[in-house]
Amino acid sequence: MTRLMMPVALSVVLAFPAAAQDLRAPSEFESIADPSERSAAIFEEMGKVLTHPRCLNCHPKGDSPTQGDDMHPHMPPVVRGAADFGAPGMTCNTCHGPENYETVGVGGIESVPGHEPWSLAPVEMAWTDMSLGEICAQLKDPERNGDRTMDEIHDHMANDGLVGWGWDPGEGRTPAPGSQQLFGQLTRAWIDTGAACPG
Amino acid sequence: MTISFTVNGQDRSVDVDPDTPLLWVLRDELRLTGTKFGCGIAQCGACTVYLNGMTRRSCVTPISMVEGSDVTTIEGLSGPEAEAVQAAWTAIDVPQCGYCQSGQVMSATALLQQNGAPTDEDIDNAMAGNICRCATYVRIRQAIHDAAKTLEG
Ligand code: FES
Ligand code: FES
Repeated sequence: MTRLMMPVALSVVLAFPAAAQDLRAPSEFESIADPSERSAAIFEEMGKVLTHPRCLNCHPKGDSPTQGDDMHPHMPPVVRGAADFGAPGMTCNTCHGPENYETVGVGGIESVPGHEPWSLAPVEMAWTDMSLGEICAQLKDPERNGDRTMDEIHDHMANDGLVGWGWDPGEGRTPAPGSQQLFGQLTRAWIDTGAACPG
Repeated sequence: MTISFTVNGQDRSVDVDPDTPLLWVLRDELRLTGTKFGCGIAQCGACTVYLNGMTRRSCVTPISMVEGSDVTTIEGLSGPEAEAVQAAWTAIDVPQCGYCQSGQVMSATALLQQNGAPTDEDIDNAMAGNICRCATYVRIRQAIHDAAKTLEG
């Protein structure tokens, strides 16, 4: 019986897309009685998205983005430029269009990612090499969050198209965990519980 | 699907699958073969054209995106920067085999249109996506500086 059950259980687990399972809903944190502890725990969950390569690659600390699930330097080499949009003569839209585009060439790049607009996050919003607590503090600081209120932060996470690209990144890229809708709900719950940061 | 746009100032319409790369349309439909295929994955720059005045890799540009736009290819490149680049290129014989060179000229001209006195770093940043298998990079950099000087003067 046990021998029979095992493969069945395994195939049920594998039948669900990993990404949908990966992000827990706000309701799963209700058992944490202390609101500030709950808030910080919810932010930790949000961190699975915030520190995913789909997000980190274009929130770099330095002057150049990374790419791929292993976050290797962007090829060809590109720079941030004055408007976070590349260098004169080679801006982001030299290659990135309004939508993901499956390539016709060979060489391991199955698609060129795209969205309108497409650009790097400003350097004050860099997340690479930062702890989750530091990212959390930065998200709440209008000087470093694009002068957004917490409601605007929620709107950005829940509805922004370029943020949403993280869950629809095109062939050859792992999507961010969960869904933008779930990420928006987590952000709402984090704010409503006091937007506490993990220690 | 019929897609209409201009190429080098002329109205063009093509009836192709909307996912067809612009590069295919330029070379196979419109017979403008100055723009080259090197990789098809936005890694070499051989296919560089301008889309509404900005550099664009035509191998990763679906023709559907070009509807109503202005495309400039090496055949139609004009203006003072283009002339300065062409003169500087021939003066020191930049090309070796020549395969990458229409892409190099497109990128170099775009750089000079936006920055009349580029530093070595500006040149590296603008040209980093244009690969040359013959490694003419030193001459490319020299020719861009030379072209900038003639534009100044
Ligand atoms: S052929 Fe388009 S970048 Fe190489
Ligand atoms: S001149 Fe031969 S590839 Fe550049």
